[in-house]
Amino acid sequence: MNTHFFGDTAVLLGRSLRHIARSPDTIITTTIMPIAFMLLFVYVFGGAINTGAASYVNYQLPGILLITIASGIAYTAFRLFVDMKSGIFERFQSMPIARSSVLWAHVLTSLVANLISLAVVVLVALLMGFRSGAGVPAWLAVTGILILFTLALTWVAVIAGLSAKSMDGATGFSYPLIFLPMLSSAFVPTASMPGPVRAFAEHQPVTYVVNAIRGLFAGQPVGSDIGIALVWCIGILIVAYAFAMRTYRRKVA
Amino acid sequence: MTIQQQVQTIRVRGLEKSYDKLDVLRGVDFDVARGSIFALLGSNGAGKTTVVKILSTLLKADAGAASINGFDVATQASEVRETISLTGQFAAVDEMLSGWENLVLVARLRHLDDPDLIADELLARFSLTDAGARKVSTYSGGMRRRLDIAMSLIGNPPVIFLDEPTTGLDPQARIEVWQTVKDLAEGGTTVLLTTQYLDEAEQLADRIAILHKGRIIVNGTLAELKQLLPPARVEYVEKQPTLEDVFLALVGSGAKDSATGNHRISEERP
Repeated sequence: MNTHFFGDTAVLLGRSLRHIARSPDTIITTTIMPIAFMLLFVYVFGGAINTGAASYVNYQLPGILLITIASGIAYTAFRLFVDMKSGIFERFQSMPIARSSVLWAHVLTSLVANLISLAVVVLVALLMGFRSGAGVPAWLAVTGILILFTLALTWVAVIAGLSAKSMDGATGFSYPLIFLPMLSSAFVPTASMPGPVRAFAEHQPVTYVVNAIRGLFAGQPVGSDIGIALVWCIGILIVAYAFAMRTYRRKVA
Repeated sequence: MTIQQQVQTIRVRGLEKSYDKLDVLRGVDFDVARGSIFALLGSNGAGKTTVVKILSTLLKADAGAASINGFDVATQASEVRETISLTGQFAAVDEMLSGWENLVLVARLRHLDDPDLIADELLARFSLTDAGARKVSTYSGGMRRRLDIAMSLIGNPPVIFLDEPTTGLDPQARIEVWQTVKDLAEGGTTVLLTTQYLDEAEQLADRIAILHKGRIIVNGTLAELKQLLPPARVEYVEKQPTLEDVFLALVGSGAKDSATGNHRISEERP
């Protein structure tokens, strides 16, 4: 049964990548909101925020990257939902293929699409003055964390795409995820927040991920932040994967 | 090509399925002989699609058994999938790809040699060669359905399920689909089709079963079904052309397959 897993996944991945190549608007709309936030924060709010850091562009980029991912995975749910509704999902499931490759192709497509979006956002940040002294290992570490974060949220998107009853339901789940970085250390130091908000901000996963990426970009030791960030990402990944598979099994007998 | 052959390709026994408290299937039994066309007739919500989904391994039955070419749909699902092809209720085509790419995609997923050649041949067979390079989102309903059926034929599966294949099609596209289905059965493919159109079952099927409230209430050939009613009386009725006759006569040339004799497109007016 699984002898064709890699071949089938590759064929289906090629199919969804073709979708992206033919509708580059999905990449553009994914990056528009994070870029707009970046412009707003850097050129409007940034001047009034005292972060203690030399460059606010550098300070806010990690949070913007996470917003990019949160907005990108909405399209993963969208593509999955369209496949479910159009009947092509059932066509694939009734064929002699490795069945799970249908889901994995969507997951890998999500990864590719998000990496392209992230590259676009980083390029815009460079134009806006973002600079990093990080070496190759630190950049690789940042890429690794972003991939892990994307995979974790992608499996959340798979749950939404599989179980949604409407298009709005399939994509709407991402809005809270997009705003989660606002309630973290991404744009404002948490020390400036009132008690309960600060307590939430300091203990939610985005803060650890943001601090780890910020430290890596700045070439500073990242200490325990990166460990906790990894634990959060892997934890979300495992739980979301388990729920996604449960939803999937309920959908296809 | 009908029931003389006693080889039953599809066997369904005591199939039951309910969603929450709603009993959709309440003990469904039927057989389909190899190379025959079997129509499952029923109104909306009768459970036709549920039967098709169980037979195509997309849904598990609560009780009962079904087998295709001797393979149990529950325990030998992957063998069943090698044997069947499903054309669902809505044309399951990829809108963002061209017709040709859709066919190549399915040929690759069926692990066949030379997917490009298979795609070219099927485009030609279904009169889609000119549209082959175009995105499917630009296709008409009839073209989409033809492509959908073409995708189902890749790999020559011996059993094909067609779930309401002509719903939403115009009369000419319907006739084209009917001809395709007849050609398939003549080539030895076993066809199970569901429909809510009585004339479709009448035109195509070797056997017709009526599914009503989760049970098969009758199952037989058209002639057998007709005998269930009081014998025909002879009445003299003026033969008016149906609107379909008029439509097809006026649009004329598009109905390529009028050779089927299903529709007498008379030249003279009564």
